[in-house]
Amino acid sequence: MKTLWGLFLIFARIGAFTFGGGYAMLPMLQREVVESRKWATEDEVLDYFAIGQCTPGIIFVNTATFIGYKQKGVLGAIFATAGSIFPSLVIIVVIVAVLTNFAELAVVQYAFGGIRVVVGVLILNAILGMWKKSIVDKFGVCLALVSFLLSAVFDVSPILLVVGAGVLGVAVQTFRASKTKGGVKQ
Amino acid sequence: MIQLLILFFEFFKIGLFSVGGGLATLPFLYDLANKYEWLRLEQISDMVAVSESTPGPLGVNMATYAGFQCAGVLGSVVATVGLVTPSVIIIIFVYRFLEKFRTSAIVERAFYGLRPVVVGLIGAAGFGVMMIALLHMQIVQSEGIHNIVGWFRWKECILFLLIFFASKKWKKIHPIAFILVGALAGIVFQMGA
Repeated sequence: MKTLWGLFLIFARIGAFTFGGGYAMLPMLQREVVESRKWATEDEVLDYFAIGQCTPGIIFVNTATFIGYKQKGVLGAIFATAGSIFPSLVIIVVIVAVLTNFAELAVVQYAFGGIRVVVGVLILNAILGMWKKSIVDKFGVCLALVSFLLSAVFDVSPILLVVGAGVLGVAVQTFRASKTKGGVKQ
Repeated sequence: MIQLLILFFEFFKIGLFSVGGGLATLPFLYDLANKYEWLRLEQISDMVAVSESTPGPLGVNMATYAGFQCAGVLGSVVATVGLVTPSVIIIIFVYRFLEKFRTSAIVERAFYGLRPVVVGLIGAAGFGVMMIALLHMQIVQSEGIHNIVGWFRWKECILFLLIFFASKKWKKIHPIAFILVGALAGIVFQMGA
């Protein structure tokens, strides 16, 4: 029970003090989980992070689930995960409740008119960064543009596009692998 | 009660299909806003602003915010729990095959297709968010190309360019600082009206 509570508290603490999620959490994880508590080695944390990125869901939450499961099985996974989402729940609920009460004020509406512009820039920057990191060849450029069009113009469901992209990736890479193997034989 | 079940199911789906971290939930929320009355498209960008300015992972923050819009505090809890449930199940399963999963050719090949498509999807949702901030959508819809000049919210477009170049020049400035500047500029120049 003590460990379960500890898992909850540690991940709640990391969740409460890091902004933005993802890689911003990594230094805190290393200090709290690797150095102070020795719940995992540094390599393990990096592995969890890498796998957290290629399994669905939120990377930080996935990492918490991993470490919780490693410590205390399914219960540990649940406590660590609950801890990782607890601060967000409390903080956001308070802010939204306050905002909803002030939403009618003209000043608040003007402020959000300006904030929306900044959010547009933040998203644009995130997309430009992702473009540089995620798109490595012409096939990737085509995929990104086609999925942009299908989603923005034709309202195709993102679920369909994500599943389709996974299947297409496997198909194309398997085909390429078989072709290069055939080439070596000749 | 039924609404809470729908909420759980919708966020369960988001948790199951959003890969790539950070803004990965954005396209799905955009989809929700098109589908349900309790979430408006303008609220998506308010959500991003609040989520960026508060601690915690972006996806969790956005689920909490959207859940609250639907059904108050209980909605927040249900949406967030719905969001993380699939990944808890998947991670517990993957843990047993850790090595195999990490070096799996199939996972790597699937991601060859997934990464660019996630960029395209977030791009599409982001494009929608930017249009709402920078254009008078009613004029775009009612008058079409006859009044292109009337489409643009000029003050907002100028702020967009200024913030964009500032964010490129001073990369270390935290997003919250820009959000505060945006709020101030919005109040002074009466934006979004």
